[in-house]
Amino acid sequence: MMEPIVQYKNVHKSFGDTHVLKGINLDINPGEKIAIIGPSGSGKTTIIRLLMTLEEPTDGDIYVAGKNLWKIEKNGKKMPANERHLASVRKDIGMVFQHFNLFPHKTILDNCAMPLIKVKKMKKSEAREMSKQMLDRVGLGDKYDAYPSNLSGGQKQRVAMARALVMRPKIMLFDEVTSALDPELVGEVLEVIRDLAENASMAMVLVTHEMDFALEIADRVLFLDEGIIAESGTADEVINKSDNPRLQNFLKRFRA
Amino acid sequence: MFETGWNILNYLTQGLGTTLSIFLTATAFSFLMAFIAGLSRLSGNILIRGVTAVYVEVFRGTSLIVQLFWLYYAVPMLFNINLGSNWWVGVIAIALNYGAYMSEVVRTSVLSVDKGQTEASIALNLTRYQRMKEVILPQAFRLMLPEFGNYSIQILKGTALVSLIGLTDILYFGDIYRSTNLSEGPLAYLMVLIMYFIIALPLIWLSKKGEKIARRGVAS
Repeated sequence: MMEPIVQYKNVHKSFGDTHVLKGINLDINPGEKIAIIGPSGSGKTTIIRLLMTLEEPTDGDIYVAGKNLWKIEKNGKKMPANERHLASVRKDIGMVFQHFNLFPHKTILDNCAMPLIKVKKMKKSEAREMSKQMLDRVGLGDKYDAYPSNLSGGQKQRVAMARALVMRPKIMLFDEVTSALDPELVGEVLEVIRDLAENASMAMVLVTHEMDFALEIADRVLFLDEGIIAESGTADEVINKSDNPRLQNFLKRFRA
Repeated sequence: MFETGWNILNYLTQGLGTTLSIFLTATAFSFLMAFIAGLSRLSGNILIRGVTAVYVEVFRGTSLIVQLFWLYYAVPMLFNINLGSNWWVGVIAIALNYGAYMSEVVRTSVLSVDKGQTEASIALNLTRYQRMKEVILPQAFRLMLPEFGNYSIQILKGTALVSLIGLTDILYFGDIYRSTNLSEGPLAYLMVLIMYFIIALPLIWLSKKGEKIARRGVAS
């Protein structure tokens, strides 16, 4: 039995009066590729934002490699995690955002190299070398010195992936990474993700509206509905064998 | 008439050194105060935030000339603190006053950098300090430039007040000239205006340049 690398235990999240997540229980195994689907507002994005420490859960615990992410245990008492604790846990997690969030004042090479130099204390030359290799891998070997504003949306998103990948996370989170792209640019981004899904050993969690793609690459599909995981299983189990009417309804709207 | 004007201008240059030295030093310290106070108001520590808020509101809410008199006449008497020469009193008053205004520029510029920039830097595990230094401030700084240019022009004009605590700046020599050549009063003050305007010209040019850099922009 493999130890899960991430565990959600009865996790709740509210924004003001809005109860977004209502008790999430989820184990993510090392290397596992998970796709989260569901209607908008169902809490898909919130699930991964909690793991990236961008939002704090209202209740429940999240464990990463056995360590409680949001709490420190001191003399048997649970205290809210401080910045240092969060940093020590999130070093294994990387994330790609819907709106890329590249640093506009840095070249794409520096976008990738800066975190290596500052966070991993790598030598400048080494960081740049690694970054170049990663940019080559996502097909941007000719753009090292370009600024983000000179790239297409698809190129920006590939840089964002290179920037996250070069940090060598054990878990990569993808937050609707193609929703802000023009349709003709979606393919090049999915191509990179497919390559990762097939060849990389890290766990991946995709929040996505690219239904067919998600089903194709995911080991496990979660259907999130009104703040709970309503269905969970292989793509085949969830899509073809489930008789959950809300899931059927959701899929029908997608196919239409 | 033209020759008299030229003579007056020459006479006024005696005050140029004082005006410029106060302007440059006060501007440098205003910027420093602006960053210290602006960033302190964004601090997570409620005490630091509170103290800074009091400073900013008090210095924005009272007039520079009264602050100048306070530092010059009142503070030494009340607290037995000697702030040094009146040149330093002038610099400190102007720096504290404009630093308070400009701290709001720093604060709002930092806040207007896209939230996604902070999120990306958290995801890359940068420390709070690194997020600020590497990601947020370089972008916020561009947004500050046009306002900083504007305030530097205001600081220049504000330096004229130091003639009231006995400093021999441009306006001081203008006053002296007028009191000894009463009939030429209007011309004398016209020349004072022109002199300030000439010094302000490069600043106006700089803030235009700053606007361009700011517009060239930041995060999409």
